[in-house]
Amino acid sequence: MFGYTLEEVGNIVVMQGFSGLSLFSVLLLMALGLAIIFGQMGVINMAHGEFMTVGAYTTVFLSKLAVEYDFVKSYFVFAIIAAFIVAFILGYVIEYVMIRHLYKRPLDTLLATWGLSLVMQQIFRSTFGAKEVSAELPEWLLGSFQPTEGIDIPINGVFVMGLALVVTVSVYLFMFRSRGGLRVRATMQNRIMAGAVGINTKQVDRVTFALGCGIAGVAGAAFTTIASTGPTTGSLYIVDSFMVVVFGGAASLMGTIASAFGIAQAQSLLQFFMTSSMGKVATLMTIVIILMMRPEGLFAAKVRK
Amino acid sequence: MNELSEKVLGGKQGALHLAILAVLLLVILPLCLDLFRLGLIGKYVTYAFVAISLVLLWGNGGILSLGQGMFFGLGGYCMAMFLKLEASDPISTKIQTTPGLPDFMDWNQIVELPWFWEPFKSLPLTLLLVLVVPVLLAFIIGMAMFTRRVGGVYFSIITQAIALILSILIVGQQGYTGGVNGITDLKTLSGWDIRTDSAKYCLYFMNAGLLILCIMLSRFILTSKFGMLLLAMRDKEERVRFSGYDVARFKIFIFCVAAMISAIGGAMFTLQIGFMSPSFVGIVPSIEMVIFAAVGGRMSLIGAVYGTLLVNFGKTIFSETYPELWLFLMGGLFIAVVMFFPDGLAGIYEKYAPHCSFSMLRARWLKKVPKVTGERQ
Repeated sequence: MFGYTLEEVGNIVVMQGFSGLSLFSVLLLMALGLAIIFGQMGVINMAHGEFMTVGAYTTVFLSKLAVEYDFVKSYFVFAIIAAFIVAFILGYVIEYVMIRHLYKRPLDTLLATWGLSLVMQQIFRSTFGAKEVSAELPEWLLGSFQPTEGIDIPINGVFVMGLALVVTVSVYLFMFRSRGGLRVRATMQNRIMAGAVGINTKQVDRVTFALGCGIAGVAGAAFTTIASTGPTTGSLYIVDSFMVVVFGGAASLMGTIASAFGIAQAQSLLQFFMTSSMGKVATLMTIVIILMMRPEGLFAAKVRK
Repeated sequence: MNELSEKVLGGKQGALHLAILAVLLLVILPLCLDLFRLGLIGKYVTYAFVAISLVLLWGNGGILSLGQGMFFGLGGYCMAMFLKLEASDPISTKIQTTPGLPDFMDWNQIVELPWFWEPFKSLPLTLLLVLVVPVLLAFIIGMAMFTRRVGGVYFSIITQAIALILSILIVGQQGYTGGVNGITDLKTLSGWDIRTDSAKYCLYFMNAGLLILCIMLSRFILTSKFGMLLLAMRDKEERVRFSGYDVARFKIFIFCVAAMISAIGGAMFTLQIGFMSPSFVGIVPSIEMVIFAAVGGRMSLIGAVYGTLLVNFGKTIFSETYPELWLFLMGGLFIAVVMFFPDGLAGIYEKYAPHCSFSMLRARWLKKVPKVTGERQ
């Protein structure tokens, strides 16, 4: 096969699979935020990628501080929390200023948030410069370990995946096992009834949107461990993340996880055996064709409206 | 016949507005501007085709396609492929290892013309394909999505993904498409040198004329019974469906018409500017074209043209002098138009201007009706 021996192909599959896992983790984190904003609220947030970039820049900024004040070993945990908080607050403000006026016009939200993403990109460029910057990573994140001969597994990839899993479980617990999540689901399913039983639906909207943005911020923090950050980093992931959410079935958490895994793995494997652009084309094409045949996505039963 | 002209021109007022636009594009601008600036206007006019198609599709049909750049690009590429084949005749490409092939194929060690380039050797076939290829793609997409009742934001996201696929494909397949540089060095159209000044003027007028024809065609569609249905589908799709209309078929039709109009714009772009590149195919140009229509007024065919001219003029001026400021402005424009002026320039105009015809003013004066002032929003 392609001039490789069977064993080599096996190793390549495992290693590409692991590099696919890093992509999977970032995509999953991005898509989780989107699944909340888009799947629950029906808002198209084209600036979601920029919220990820906000998280990434927060991490980079903290890493600079960490180098200066010498706490490189432990700063990353704080960076994740800080990335979440910064993106959360920003999302909260944006919802208040912009999104809440547009709930009845989903197509217009799409355009307005696209405008927002342009503005945010330019703000990044003006403040942090057009060049890509990377965070100073603590030593325990660097390097790789070798379970067998011929297979290298990078530690940062494993870490990022762990982070993605923790966030996924937390989102699940929040959405389906807590009072807050109950309020969110009640509001999204029947706003009037939810209001009637005493839920402050506007407050719920704001927190839900901010939460989605906060998770994108965490995605940004995770992203800094595997690549460097530039002003347009987020926009590279936005279409992929939307495809993940749509492909998985917008309101389904399981669907989001499964489709993030499928898309990331397919892309990563295909990119090894074809050129990187053709791998991406093949993946996206497959998704689009499947979506054309099964528009409701993998894990949902409702007809799209 | 009279009825037809009424429909095509859109009544007295519509005819007047169209005439003003025609005079502006065909008389005033060519007289006032030098050839370089006129070329820029010509470029904007090709974008206006896309803006018009979005007025049909988005403003009146409620279908927001984020892939119109893809049809613009396909039309442009079809034209560019013909021009490129003509430009790479064996004599002018004799320094290549394989004379007679486009230069980028030679650079990528492709020795034989790929099959899908063959039809572009003939001009009539090319002109046909400029229209057929984008319409066919639109038909396939529309067939797959509208018959399954995919609509609204899902349609937007999927068309966006398809635009992304197409642009990656064009960039990736350098040997077949010219890659990221696109198809450049175009010289003649059936022996007619398109780079001379006279040809440039000629193409500009052709372009503006075609735009006006497209506006008339769109007007005809919108004022017909189909136009009413389109509006009805946008506002209450279910009710139209329950009245016994096949909603999907109408949507496919309007999507195909929009694709065709965009493709004409793309082909004219190639002819006027002399190249085509993937930077007109992907997500960013497709969304930018939506903002042209939005600024002009998503419901107004003529407003969309003015919107396109205005935004692009702003873009040229600002990106020359303050490149950092332009993105702020563009982003701000998106937000402001959506939040404060959903009907764009045409909406503002309709609110304050057209009640000023003489007889109406007099009637208002006599009845002492308070005038509409420009201060209120």
